[in-house]
Amino acid sequence: MNTKMYVSSSPHIHDNNSTQRIMLDVIIALTPCIVASLVIFGFRAIFIIFICVLSCVVSEFLARKIMKRPNNIDDLSAVVTGILLAFNLPVNINPCIAAFGGIIAIVVVKQFFGGIGQNFVNPALCARIILMTSFPAQMSNFTVPFSYLNKSVDTLTTATPLSKLTTTLPSYIDMFIGNIPGCIGEVSSLCLIGGGIYLLIRKVISPVIPLCFIATVFILTYLLRADPLFHILSGGLLLGAIFMATDYVTSPITFKGRIIFGIGCGIITVLIRIFGSLPEGVSFAIILMNILVPHIENLTIPETFGKEKYLNEKV
Amino acid sequence: MHVISYFKGFTKKINGGINVPHRKNTQHVHSEKMPCPPYVVLPMQQHIGSECIPTVKLNDTVKIGQEIAKGSSDFSAPIHASISGKISKIDKILMPNGTYSKAVTIESDNKMELFESFKKHNVTTKKDLVLAAKDCGLVGLGGAGFPTHIKLNIPEAKHIDTLLINAAECEPYITSDNCTIIENTENIINGINLIQQTLNIKSAIISIEKNKPEAIKKLKSAISQSSSEINVMTLDTRYPQGAEKVLIKVSTKRVVPCGKLPADTGCLVMNVSSVCTLYNYITTGLPLVSRTVTVDGSAINSPKNVIVPIGTPINEVIKFCGGYKKPAKKILMGGPMMGIALTDDTMPILKQNNAILVLDEKDSKLPKETACIRCGKCVKSCPMNLMPLAFEQHVKKGAFENLIKLNINNCMECGSCAFSCPANRPLVQYIRTGKFLIKKNKIK
Repeated sequence: MNTKMYVSSSPHIHDNNSTQRIMLDVIIALTPCIVASLVIFGFRAIFIIFICVLSCVVSEFLARKIMKRPNNIDDLSAVVTGILLAFNLPVNINPCIAAFGGIIAIVVVKQFFGGIGQNFVNPALCARIILMTSFPAQMSNFTVPFSYLNKSVDTLTTATPLSKLTTTLPSYIDMFIGNIPGCIGEVSSLCLIGGGIYLLIRKVISPVIPLCFIATVFILTYLLRADPLFHILSGGLLLGAIFMATDYVTSPITFKGRIIFGIGCGIITVLIRIFGSLPEGVSFAIILMNILVPHIENLTIPETFGKEKYLNEKV
Repeated sequence: MHVISYFKGFTKKINGGINVPHRKNTQHVHSEKMPCPPYVVLPMQQHIGSECIPTVKLNDTVKIGQEIAKGSSDFSAPIHASISGKISKIDKILMPNGTYSKAVTIESDNKMELFESFKKHNVTTKKDLVLAAKDCGLVGLGGAGFPTHIKLNIPEAKHIDTLLINAAECEPYITSDNCTIIENTENIINGINLIQQTLNIKSAIISIEKNKPEAIKKLKSAISQSSSEINVMTLDTRYPQGAEKVLIKVSTKRVVPCGKLPADTGCLVMNVSSVCTLYNYITTGLPLVSRTVTVDGSAINSPKNVIVPIGTPINEVIKFCGGYKKPAKKILMGGPMMGIALTDDTMPILKQNNAILVLDEKDSKLPKETACIRCGKCVKSCPMNLMPLAFEQHVKKGAFENLIKLNINNCMECGSCAFSCPANRPLVQYIRTGKFLIKKNKIK
């Protein structure tokens, strides 16, 4: 036989998994929230999501081109970043600001550090924080749910439930299904949890970070005599815990590291929410813990098989 | 921490690991004996240890079972002629792993005559057993190729209480152990009893994955008839359960400490086919001259288990299996997870070679490599609790001190990490490079 053979290192078979498939799963998990945002905030929500996705994908494509690096927009990670960024914006935001956020997320936070897998903080969250500090008025101008149906008044705007803790609070049911003012993607806890369950079933995320995050918030708010359930259902906590804190690139890969990361996110969130002057602390909590990830990982390297202390005692 | 160890042992039997596709296409096919090949090539290095030295000269005539090469030291296994004929060549050949080894070529006389001086061996003591294993030329037939007589010669200071028979066969495609069990059940049970008696080992466990129901049934019924107390342990299918350290943990809940041997935990692990061959030698005197090889893959016409004389060129074995169905693009010696890709199909079947897989164009192309997204799947799947993605980074930097710190030498190259990587990074290749880097820097 004279044909040439392929020679490669083992293993010679692979799981059918790919980065593209993982990102597609995340998009599928985010779809219920997109539908919910359409129902709650009207067509404008879809428009803002579209603007963000478009700006992310285009800036990723152009950035790679200018940097003369192979293009890989087909891995869909820019689409995920775009959707997550839009989820963190109020619905009647100026589309230019939304597009600007997408450019920051992709070019500054992601591509300047080397593209997918190299960014040290979550691009969507970092862009949100930059927009929040640059355009504070636009970014905290929330729309009342279903106000698009009421044609007689111009859009009704209000504060997020978190910033009016002293006035009347929405019921838990309203908060659970999403009948509250807030950002595009964060209001419907039901859809967020549904998407999270899909990701768990598909084994895209591990439950460790979301559970530690939410449990820490629950326990701390209980100890500080706040309303634990209110804090879990309000603001971006579920969106952050399920979709942002579990971002592969910016969370620890070790099991113990993930526990520390989740608990840390929970503590910082509660501290900002209860003692800080900002109404919302999830984005800052996750970004601050993102920065600590390399150190958390170095401290939690798993002990290799046969070197575990507790097992050596037996032998 | 005892609570954690108990919890770990209770919920998930193996650390990490992956679920691989089974593809045991040849499971229900009886093995077939291959006719005499026109020639065989017997490399002098078919085991871990020192290379053998030929004891025959050019143009000598040999018969099946005649010793043709002796070990240059004790850490070696002799090699026997697998067909009868004339020594036509003694030269150096390229081995599958890229090294060169001296090899003896026997040209067949098509008579397949047996060597005359075969005799039944009377094995009653440990010394007899070790000698029998050595004279048989036996090595670990599961793939490692460790000389069996070294393994059986346990130092007096170490007390062995468990004989663990490895029949897990966790790699996809391979069914040669399964086939050996079904066709030689009695021999295996008798062999286990004999080893237990001579080495004075209290208990014996046959560890087998549950995807081999026929073999399990046969073993259980043979054990109940022979009134011996062998425990057949049915394991859930999980790769890499057949790896020695993993198997010991799954079957006995003991952990082999880093840098120690199974004997340090009171276990003696033997492959099921090795036991069968050893017992066969003791009762008939026929040494290791042939073995069962699974021939399978997408480019093979009729996949089957073949009893092949050792040293048969692979293309002869493939010809026996109906030849190629499609153009062959990748030939593997061993399973798809740990097997070595061969450069051509004239290489010989080795003692420890349990499978030949021939893959077509579609199966042999590797998926496109993309950037690491730090998903952590490699860390989760590692049975040795290592951090494969960190190895890749340190190998690229040449930071071999960090590799040692992260215990790279504890990696057994099972391939679980690279299998589960969504970015298709060649992690095992990086790990091999890393091990080489350490070796090179130590020599300096």
